[in-house]
Amino acid sequence: MVELLQKRLRSPSELESRRQSIVQKRDPNRLCITVCAGTGCRASGAEAVIEAFKDEIERREIQLDVELKETGCPGFCERGPLVVIRPKRIFYQRVKPEDIPEIISETVLNGTIIDRLLYVDPATNEKIVYEPDVPFYKKQTQNILGANSAIDPTQIDDYIAIGGYSALSKVLFHMSSEEVVAEIKRSGLRGRGGGGFPTGRKWESCLHAEGDVKYVICNADEGDPGSFQDRAILEGNPHSVVEGMIIGAYAIGSHQGYIYVRNEYPMAVRHARIAIEEAMDYGLLGKDILGSGFDFTVSISRGGGAFVCGESSALMASLEGKIGEPKAKYVHMSEKGLWDKPSLLNNVKTWANVPLIINKGAEWYSQIGTAGSKGTMIFALVGKINNTGLVEVPMGITLREMIYDIGGGIPGGKKFKAVQTGGPSGGCIPEQYLDTPVDFDELTKLGSMMGSGGMIVMDEDTCMVDVAKYFVNFLEGESCGKCVPCREGLHRMGEILSDITRGQAGMEDLDLLEDLAGTLRDGSLCALGTTAANPVLTTLRYFRDEYVAHIEQKRCPAGVCRELIQYSIDPEKCEGCLRCLRACPTEAVSGEKRKPHTIDQSKCIKCGACFDVCKFGAVIKR
Amino acid sequence: MELVLDVPQIQALIESYTEKVDSLIESYVDRKELLISLLQDIQAEFNYLPRDALVKVAQKMDIPLSQVFSVATFFRAFTLKPRGRHLVTTCLGTACHVRGAQRILDKLERDHNLEPGGTTEDSRFTLETVNCLGCCAMGPVVVVDGKYESQVNPDKLDRILRTYK
Repeated sequence: MVELLQKRLRSPSELESRRQSIVQKRDPNRLCITVCAGTGCRASGAEAVIEAFKDEIERREIQLDVELKETGCPGFCERGPLVVIRPKRIFYQRVKPEDIPEIISETVLNGTIIDRLLYVDPATNEKIVYEPDVPFYKKQTQNILGANSAIDPTQIDDYIAIGGYSALSKVLFHMSSEEVVAEIKRSGLRGRGGGGFPTGRKWESCLHAEGDVKYVICNADEGDPGSFQDRAILEGNPHSVVEGMIIGAYAIGSHQGYIYVRNEYPMAVRHARIAIEEAMDYGLLGKDILGSGFDFTVSISRGGGAFVCGESSALMASLEGKIGEPKAKYVHMSEKGLWDKPSLLNNVKTWANVPLIINKGAEWYSQIGTAGSKGTMIFALVGKINNTGLVEVPMGITLREMIYDIGGGIPGGKKFKAVQTGGPSGGCIPEQYLDTPVDFDELTKLGSMMGSGGMIVMDEDTCMVDVAKYFVNFLEGESCGKCVPCREGLHRMGEILSDITRGQAGMEDLDLLEDLAGTLRDGSLCALGTTAANPVLTTLRYFRDEYVAHIEQKRCPAGVCRELIQYSIDPEKCEGCLRCLRACPTEAVSGEKRKPHTIDQSKCIKCGACFDVCKFGAVIKR
Repeated sequence: MELVLDVPQIQALIESYTEKVDSLIESYVDRKELLISLLQDIQAEFNYLPRDALVKVAQKMDIPLSQVFSVATFFRAFTLKPRGRHLVTTCLGTACHVRGAQRILDKLERDHNLEPGGTTEDSRFTLETVNCLGCCAMGPVVVVDGKYESQVNPDKLDRILRTYK
């Protein structure tokens, strides 16, 4: 109890002196090993690396003056597990547990660089020693993500040390509600969840909405396949989101907040929970925050895994313990939302931007980006790309810079075909538009959208009809089924696309697809339906020739659609090793040792097992 | 409508866990809005949502059973069928899809007669799909009992599954 009382901060000056005492206790030149413990790096073995570091440090007889920190995701998932040795920021990638004794004895104790753990820039073949010099990071502006690699997300002191909660303190004691809203409006911040609605305007209507009870909600129901930036923030820097929410609550006069987070993100749930508990202990949440007299609490609600719950009214229904069906929005959620009370709902990234705007000012913020889209945006760069990971860039950067300069281009010397932005209901953008600056309005002009910042790169081996089918199937499965155009329209579109990929469609089906797409756009209840046709429309617009090839020539140019491809063996290249023969599940491959094999087409089920196992490139897919 | 597979052993198990269900519900009393969280806790305990537990939730929380059932069937995360010994989760996110995740599903169907949401006859595996696990750098990703496997192809899948009995 006494300890709790000591922790509690009662005024802005107590917060500031706490920060100073934390900073004073820390030597910026002390050796610190940071290991990324985000979900991406964990999946590639970060936990074993962390354990190995702990064991190795303990095992040494002389006590090492080195700190070990588990941090959030800095974005470079492709190269995980990532280890950075501070203060110099020596950058090691793809680290394995067996590398740890050497890292300790060579780099930590002697300052020697271990060559084989360095990142090699594929463009120049140059080895890169220090983290900031890695090209993947160099072109980025990590205003939000930057903190992830410097702090332990489960330690509030780490966040306070880098100036955390100072924006909250400023707002509570030096700004009125109206001033906060005006500042956000001036910054030009637009909602990062997909819609791009001006955040300040949303806050304003919530501030003026009538009612004593108002709610603040954080949308962390990141359901877009290929997006994980919200998770990275909530896992890596949960306090930035909580601080943003408290500021929002103060601005509109709310005392209860919710974080609606996917249950598939267990670590995000855990870190958000720890952050809330710590902030309560510090008097930054709860009653009389920092002695200002303002009260606000946050609860966590775990989503049940439904894409449609990213939609505001569906999310709120789910928060009320009901199924996530959207409502028609005659009335805005900012006036009648959760339990029919005014509700302010923003995405994780939007909330994380708020403390930054308050601290650095709307003028500073609005200098970044384009005329209509301010600030930075975090994209998840995935698919057929060399550097998979999270990328934070100023709005207005071109697609080409993102894909080639940061993403390192397409692997295996393959040719770029398209980039799909905006999640499942975004669109596919072809090569001729790669120099388009990325912002809310430009992407919409191309028939796609910003969405939550997913960016999936596709190469020549990707079939665009198959991609359209994939998204339509996804959306059909995720449609809540409440309105007919979405429920039936997507089903029918899926059937037509399926026919095309099987070579059983006619050219008139393309008109039917476009017709259905129009019905969905005009007749659906919520944004899931109105945007659902985007992947079909953009692929039809930019890759019509692929549709035509499927229909007229019964051919899949990318060699993906199973019914339209054939596997055969090139007798020139076949060494007769029997590998494919053994791998074939249907005994379609025949042949003797050291003699060319053949495939019996009548038995072949086109599973591709022979293609996978052949070491000589003798199996041909066409 | 059939709510649940009627497996006697599982019923016996549920009875022995009645107390557990009660105590789970206890912590949510008068918090009807937390129905989804409660169902998540129950599923975490039993691996699925047993019929008896749903009836109990409806009674104790004073929520119509129809509403409990609608929530339990609406969200992907819930299942009304008992799961097998090992849970195989295949990621079908876009990044995994363009890298060939469908071929993993084809393989599971071919070799184990396993469809998404289904369980093998010997209760060895249950297959679930997920729309993105957010580790796209490693796609196609398959998770078996919480262990992430990266860059999985049908051949590698075979080797992985062999170690789970």
